[in-house]
Amino acid sequence: MRLAVWGVLPYLALASFVIGLAWRYRYDKAGWTARSSQLHERRLLALGSPLFHYGILLTAGGHAMGLLIPAGWTRAVGLSDGLYRVVAFGVGGMAGVMTVTGLAILVYRRLTVRAVGRASLASDLVMYVLLGTTILMGLAITLTGNGHDYRATVAPWFRSIFVLQPSVDAIAQAPFGFQLHALVAWALIAAWPYTRLVHAFSLPLGYLTRPYIVYRSREASRARAMD
Amino acid sequence: MRVLAQMAMVMNLDKCIGCHTCSVTCKQAWTNRGGVEYAWFNNVETRPGQGYPRTYQDQQRWRGGWALNRRGRLKLRSGGRLRRLLSLFSNPHLPKLSDYYEPWTYDYQNLITAPAGDDLPTAKPTAPIVWSANWDDSLGGGPELAQHDPVLKTMSERVRLEFEQAFMFYLPRICEHCLNPSCVAACPSGAIYKRTEDGIVLVDSDTCRSWRMCVSGCPYKKIFLNHQTGKAEKCTFCFPRIELGMPTVCAQTCVGRLRYIGIVLYDPDRVLEAASVRDEHSLIEAQKRVLLDPRDPSVVEAALASGISEEWLEAARRSPVYSLIFDYGLALPLHPEYRTLPMVWYIPPLSPVVDAVRDTGFDGEDAENLFAAVDSLRIPIGYLASLFTAGDPAPVRDVLRKLAAMRAFMRDITLGREPDESIPASVGMTGELMYDMYRLLAIAKAEDRYVIPHAHREPTTEAFNDGCSVQDSGRVMLPMPKVRAS
Ligand code: HEM
Ligand code: SF4
Ligand code: SF4
Repeated sequence: MRLAVWGVLPYLALASFVIGLAWRYRYDKAGWTARSSQLHERRLLALGSPLFHYGILLTAGGHAMGLLIPAGWTRAVGLSDGLYRVVAFGVGGMAGVMTVTGLAILVYRRLTVRAVGRASLASDLVMYVLLGTTILMGLAITLTGNGHDYRATVAPWFRSIFVLQPSVDAIAQAPFGFQLHALVAWALIAAWPYTRLVHAFSLPLGYLTRPYIVYRSREASRARAMD
Repeated sequence: MRVLAQMAMVMNLDKCIGCHTCSVTCKQAWTNRGGVEYAWFNNVETRPGQGYPRTYQDQQRWRGGWALNRRGRLKLRSGGRLRRLLSLFSNPHLPKLSDYYEPWTYDYQNLITAPAGDDLPTAKPTAPIVWSANWDDSLGGGPELAQHDPVLKTMSERVRLEFEQAFMFYLPRICEHCLNPSCVAACPSGAIYKRTEDGIVLVDSDTCRSWRMCVSGCPYKKIFLNHQTGKAEKCTFCFPRIELGMPTVCAQTCVGRLRYIGIVLYDPDRVLEAASVRDEHSLIEAQKRVLLDPRDPSVVEAALASGISEEWLEAARRSPVYSLIFDYGLALPLHPEYRTLPMVWYIPPLSPVVDAVRDTGFDGEDAENLFAAVDSLRIPIGYLASLFTAGDPAPVRDVLRKLAAMRAFMRDITLGREPDESIPASVGMTGELMYDMYRLLAIAKAEDRYVIPHAHREPTTEAFNDGCSVQDSGRVMLPMPKVRAS
């Protein structure tokens, strides 16, 4: 049972994630979009969307640090565990509050602005349920985690998945809240490619360096369309 | 010198009767789908009026197009690249749907299902009708609506829009297929591109990610977001027709037969310089200098070296667009001060002037009367100048004087009198040139209005051996922007 949940499920989710993204990128480029709803409503979006996005991007950075960088490394560069925790709690908490506030505004907007609601797809509903649960759980354990050192339980397990030797025992020692957060997050990752969240992989950084005016020949665009 | 070809259009505004046939046929061809109900790739707006979307010309508010920064460098009016990336999450300059209008339909079912009664059943609208793409058509709504026209507001003179003295004309608009398109520059994904072969500006919907920066970037507001697919859509200059040598749908169906289509040659390396000219009144001349003379042997040589075919060069020499801009000097660009170097040009209308002369009881065909009116009617001229010359009345006056001279000159000929060569001479033309101009404007035969060379195509065997255009994946494999109803 333990093995199924912590040792097998993650791989199923990852498979869904990778295959889904590849499939969608190959066969559904026309559907790969953030599907802006700003045309329908702009005031709430102007408030909620930046708050949510800056929050979630900060959170993503925090996760990368917390989960991927072993505690030994941060200690080695002279960052004490106490200081690490203060920073993680401060920045993580702030990012969490931003994210949740932004998310609340966005969800409120989806539910109350009729045009936005009617422009929603089933995948939006699934996405918001999974995303909302993950984020709320995450904020809850950050604020009430009582100093549980997830870098000794969740993080080693998370890293172990990627070297194909899942250390099921590590995660089994984490409090229930952490486990639930991780579990819902895997569900979110599994669903990711089939929702509008694919847009998160399209951050157009190339824009900073490309020439302003883009020329393309008829033949080149034809070849692309046939691709 | 690099040489590229540009498909361009001229519209002769004197002939537009505001019938909206172009808009309707365009909609039937391109936007009668879910998600773009509100979009009119071609619209016809009454001037003075608010336009579509409402007050789109107010760039203080909508921040479309380009502007010079303090150091005199060309910048998108909405800010630099980093700023745009940082505002991806919510675009501060995007119009709302209600700035265009909220489309509606009617409950036709009621006509059939209403219970029998004394009154005829009606088809009620499904949503409140408060505005449309044409709400102020033909000055409907009167001065209360027209006073919000951003072009009127820029004019120094306080224009009183009393109905007795109102002037009015129609302005049909499509995408300008600009030489310096700010929609392209504003797209973070690089999904909008200008075709090297014919300059048509298209959206690649495979790489559009719904960042919706092009919508606000275009000062003419001619890019639309499909609110179902989330992808940008725009006027395609009907490229599938153009490639076969056929005119666009709007041009072909125009009741007034007022649209001209042809190619012009340009040097892409001169675009930035022309768009950066400091003095706004010099922008038209700068824009014209980007265009090349297809009869100049050095241009021909460079064009051939750049891969432009003899057939296209011949089309460039016969181009009615080139003639109207250069040989006759009649066509002016719409809002050159947006610095996008627009490629749909306009012949400003003389009719407001003629009407004014007639209304005061004078002969509206007489050259002297018309010249005097062109010089003294400050309001219509000022208004036209705000549209076509960044506010400089001189080029507008020149065009209107030519049109007035043509009226007077041709009246003598039509009435069998001796043509008066002094009339064309007074606007710097010969009688022969003026007669040619008359033929192009008034007779306007289809073969003179449209000089559209065929696109280069592969040998036919190859083109037809692609097999069925709908392949196994079920996707349509035409080289068109893909649209998807979700
Ligand atoms: C990487 C950079 C990202 C960019 C540039 C970006 C940009 C956007 C844009 C332009 C929209 C459309 C807003 C509108 O309606 O006009 C959007 C919506 C959305 N994004 Fe992102 N996004 C990014 C990353 C993310 C991430 C990492 C997540 C979540 C994990 C996310 C979740 C969402 C959600 C839930 C919406 C829908 C908001 C609504 O209810 O309308 N985004 N994003
Ligand atoms: S008029 Fe057309 S080409 Fe020019 S900026 Fe607007 S959408 Fe782009
Ligand atoms: S079809 Fe021609 S005459 Fe009619 S509104 Fe359009 S441009 Fe004007």
